[in-house]
Amino acid sequence: MSLRSPMGRVLGLGSAKDGVSHWWMQRVSAVALVVLGLWFASALLRLGDFSHAAILAWIALPLNAVLLSLLIGTAVYHSYLGVQVVVEDYVSKHGLKIVAMLLVTFVHIVLAALGVFSVLRIAFGAVA
Amino acid sequence: MSSPTRYVRPLSPFLSYRWQYTMALSFLHRATGCAMSVGLLLLTYWLVAAATGADAYAEAQQCFASPLVRVLLIAFSFSFFFHLLNGVRHLVWDAGHGFEKKTARMSGWVAFLGAVVLTAYFWFLVLGRSAGGAA
Repeated sequence: MSLRSPMGRVLGLGSAKDGVSHWWMQRVSAVALVVLGLWFASALLRLGDFSHAAILAWIALPLNAVLLSLLIGTAVYHSYLGVQVVVEDYVSKHGLKIVAMLLVTFVHIVLAALGVFSVLRIAFGAVA
Repeated sequence: MSSPTRYVRPLSPFLSYRWQYTMALSFLHRATGCAMSVGLLLLTYWLVAAATGADAYAEAQQCFASPLVRVLLIAFSFSFFFHLLNGVRHLVWDAGHGFEKKTARMSGWVAFLGAVVLTAYFWFLVLGRSAGGAA
């Protein structure tokens, strides 16, 4: 007995091949963010103050620069997956949904690029 | 011809459900997630300012010291702690545990009250540390 719907059988396209990947990657990034998020919160507390010099010195340490870059990448990715679902749920007009999805995609990519580049620029000592 | 009878038809769950803690927490999880997506803009601004130079960073510090942004930062920190605790709650559910009525209700309270306490403690530590620095 086949579980495929009549429409599915007629179209004959098979599965989309990425069944639960969206759901799964949301969980994977969530687990990573538990660790990275707690690290970031405690790092903010351990920072002497929020002066420019203190921030530069903190990011200049390789471990901090790498963890902060990973945090930015993972947080942006997790945010992207989450906001995607919100758009799918609440934007019902098809055209508007596509436009919103494109916008959400672009904004998240720009945020990740800006964040990681800024961290690396500081880490490589290019900021006086 | 019989007179028309008015049937009491069931309403959509959306209209008839009374407000329950499960809905409230589910909504709050989404709302805090969306809030942090907005918070990422602020975090990125902070990092870009730091990477741009002293003048840009001074400007950012001024922005972060404004009362409105301070309130936003407190909201983002609460969002972070709630989404974190409730997210772990969701992960435990995904693993198939904690679905009993009593357990689910209790873990919901732990997530909410824990987030309130952690937010208060976090800002107590930040503000108590140095009176000078802008958050």
